[in-house]
Amino acid sequence: MELEPLKLEIEAAVPGCRLEIIPNLGPSAQHSLLVDPEHGLAVAFYLRDAAEFDFCTNVTGVDWPPRELTEKIKIKQIVEGVEKDVDQIRKVQIPGYLEAVYHLYSIERRLGPLPLRMRTADRDSCTHLPSLTTVWRSAEFQEREVYDLYGIYFDGHPDLRRLLMWDSFVDYPMRRDYVEPDDYEYEPTAHDQVLARAKEHASKAGAL
Amino acid sequence: MSTTYAPVSEPITGSAPVTGRPAPRPATPVLSGPDLPEQYLELSMGPQHPSTHGVFRMNVVLDGEQVVKLKPVFGYLHRNHEKIAESESYLGNMPYTDRLDYICSITNNWAYALAVEKLGSIEVPERAEYIRVITGELTRLQNHACLLGFLLQDMGASGTPLMYAFREREKVLDLFESLTGARMMCNYLRFGGCRVDLPPGWLNRAKAFLADFPRFLDEFERLLVGNEILMERTQGVGVLSRELAISAAISGPMARASGLNYDIRKADGYSIYNRFSFRVPLGSHGDVYDRYMIRFLEMRESVKILDQAMRDIPDGPIQNPAVKARLFRPKPGEAYGRIESPKGELGFYLISDGSGIPYRYRVRPPSLINLTVLEDLCLGHNVADVIAVLGSVDIVMGEVDR
Amino acid sequence: MLGEGIIKGLAETARNFFGSYLTKERLTTVQYPEERLPQNEAFRNFPFLVFDGADSEAGLRCVSCHICEKECPPKCIFIEKSKDKKPDAVGKPQFYPVVFDIDVSVCMSCQICVEVCPFDAIKMDVEYDYPTEDRFAALLFNKHQLAKSNDYYHQIHPTEASAVDAALAAERESAAAKAAATAAAAAKTAAAKVSAESRAVKASPDSAVESITEPPLSGGDGL
Repeated sequence: MELEPLKLEIEAAVPGCRLEIIPNLGPSAQHSLLVDPEHGLAVAFYLRDAAEFDFCTNVTGVDWPPRELTEKIKIKQIVEGVEKDVDQIRKVQIPGYLEAVYHLYSIERRLGPLPLRMRTADRDSCTHLPSLTTVWRSAEFQEREVYDLYGIYFDGHPDLRRLLMWDSFVDYPMRRDYVEPDDYEYEPTAHDQVLARAKEHASKAGAL
Repeated sequence: MSTTYAPVSEPITGSAPVTGRPAPRPATPVLSGPDLPEQYLELSMGPQHPSTHGVFRMNVVLDGEQVVKLKPVFGYLHRNHEKIAESESYLGNMPYTDRLDYICSITNNWAYALAVEKLGSIEVPERAEYIRVITGELTRLQNHACLLGFLLQDMGASGTPLMYAFREREKVLDLFESLTGARMMCNYLRFGGCRVDLPPGWLNRAKAFLADFPRFLDEFERLLVGNEILMERTQGVGVLSRELAISAAISGPMARASGLNYDIRKADGYSIYNRFSFRVPLGSHGDVYDRYMIRFLEMRESVKILDQAMRDIPDGPIQNPAVKARLFRPKPGEAYGRIESPKGELGFYLISDGSGIPYRYRVRPPSLINLTVLEDLCLGHNVADVIAVLGSVDIVMGEVDR
Repeated sequence: MLGEGIIKGLAETARNFFGSYLTKERLTTVQYPEERLPQNEAFRNFPFLVFDGADSEAGLRCVSCHICEKECPPKCIFIEKSKDKKPDAVGKPQFYPVVFDIDVSVCMSCQICVEVCPFDAIKMDVEYDYPTEDRFAALLFNKHQLAKSNDYYHQIHPTEASAVDAALAAERESAAAKAAATAAAAAKTAAAKVSAESRAVKASPDSAVESITEPPLSGGDGL
């Protein structure tokens, strides 16, 4: 599906929005459209009404912890009096963020999937994104699940509470740095690590 | 009437590990507040309930017998499937997909295999595609039979139609057992094909089963379709409009019963479905009766597809030789692959970072998304109708909660 | 007529009920456990280790490569490799597992261990009767409980076992043929070297007369 013409359409219709096409590196060629959170709702309304992407099947959260990318770039340097292109390895620090991905299909125009992405500013304090429940009703439960498991607050959601975990659960399980509590009931079967942890837990519980 | 929602959990800053036991859970006043009028009653239907299709809870506020508000509560079967998948290899995730929608294990395998094949651009040989279609449509037959039996059981038909349906389902499960080794948790499909080839005589047994299946469908129709009790209880109950179905991304027989002509086998044309001629039944009222009849008609269409597939299946390899199941490392990228499972659109969204373990693995569960509109369908109806509506949505908690 | 649908339905139920006395297909109840349905050959339950011959220690096919342990999705296999080696079925020294535990309360019978084993050492058993009062130790099967003979494997999965035996025999044959070929080639090159040396000794100028009686060097088959 060609994203360039769609991007131009949306930029014309929703002034001020910052759109970016994220290429899909793999062979499936499902390229995504990244939209900034401030204009997310307006872009979503445009996609649903004018571009006829009325079927939002999937809402996913993805956790991207801070990463380091190593790039090899060529820079011009003077080596022995001659200007040459030299390979240099550059490490780029990419700060972490949380991402919400919406997969959109168009029933009438038989198009899809169009992944629409929105990213938060960081993983700790600014984790708010606009809720697209008013645009597509299917986002209602799925955004609740993303809130439950990742911690993204969806502003404007009619009923934002935990879906799968119980209501007073603390922490967000699907994040990459989630540490699970060790108050499980371990059964002392073969593996050394499991046995060691069970013994440690039993001694702690006995000491309490 | 005001509604107060359960308190939102405190946000965490940083990622301090949480140790020790969680705080005791307060009672969850999901729907009712202190100013609830006296004649209203808040009732919790489930999670232990014989008719809620698993551990599923519905908080309903009732005015007499009529439903004023309904909120589904689930998560009782949450097994952390997506997080487990982030630490297992691609092959190791295949048996876990069996356990998502535990009634239809082969279609779950198929959706996952399709997503991985999109991710890695893997081709599937002809015979394997035919085997996938045959086993997939057999899965659809046994799922619809199972569901119809349970729907009628929930409405009080005390098990007789259930047992008739299960009699047929057992035959399908026997076929699966002789092919894959297990009745329900088949773990049969692989990336680029199937695990083992059809044993000798399997196709003949399947054809014999299929020759007998329309007799069962006719019997079931005679048993129930003209039944006045069924018609009174299901016609006009739980009406889903087409616009709401599109907005809520309802898929599968539930959407088609509301008149939405969207069958992924026809829309995407995945696998070799565009070679088979079959029709897509559509309903016009969108009520429970339509959803019930749609599944009947879909079973008849599946029989047609099976006839064609079993007639045309070629010989040949069943696995793409270039794909090693074990040390499978797709290139970095992402893919969303979806199929028409018996319950709706089952999709898998995979993000690969180039290693042998998926970075993000997401199951798009049709049962969960079809539940989005449960409140809309049940408002104004009686408590007993809630059970009928829930039965017609066709949920399996393994998929809702993962 | 009101109630017509219900009466038709009841007629259908009656047909099934009375038909169950007359035709076999309608009476599908099996009086378990006195009566049992014949088991499918492909049925699988928990894994077991195969050994060839009569000795479960010496004939064990497992060489403790840990591949099944790594690929097992719920990680229910626990293996400890030996420090010494023992000869396998063809006499090649291989490691063997000192400890091979499968926790069957965790095992989900997915059969991936069987699929990835390169030595056909672990296969699926069909036993499902393991009731026990001890939740932990009795459901942890060790190597001795898991090791069953190849004859037993033939009993439970005849077609599969014959195919595996044929594949292993073919492998052994080709390995033996290759070994024989390399041995023959080594012997021939050694012989050719010896005769070349002796000819070099004899082909010095003062023994030109005796060299005429030397047979000509054959270059065709001495490879």
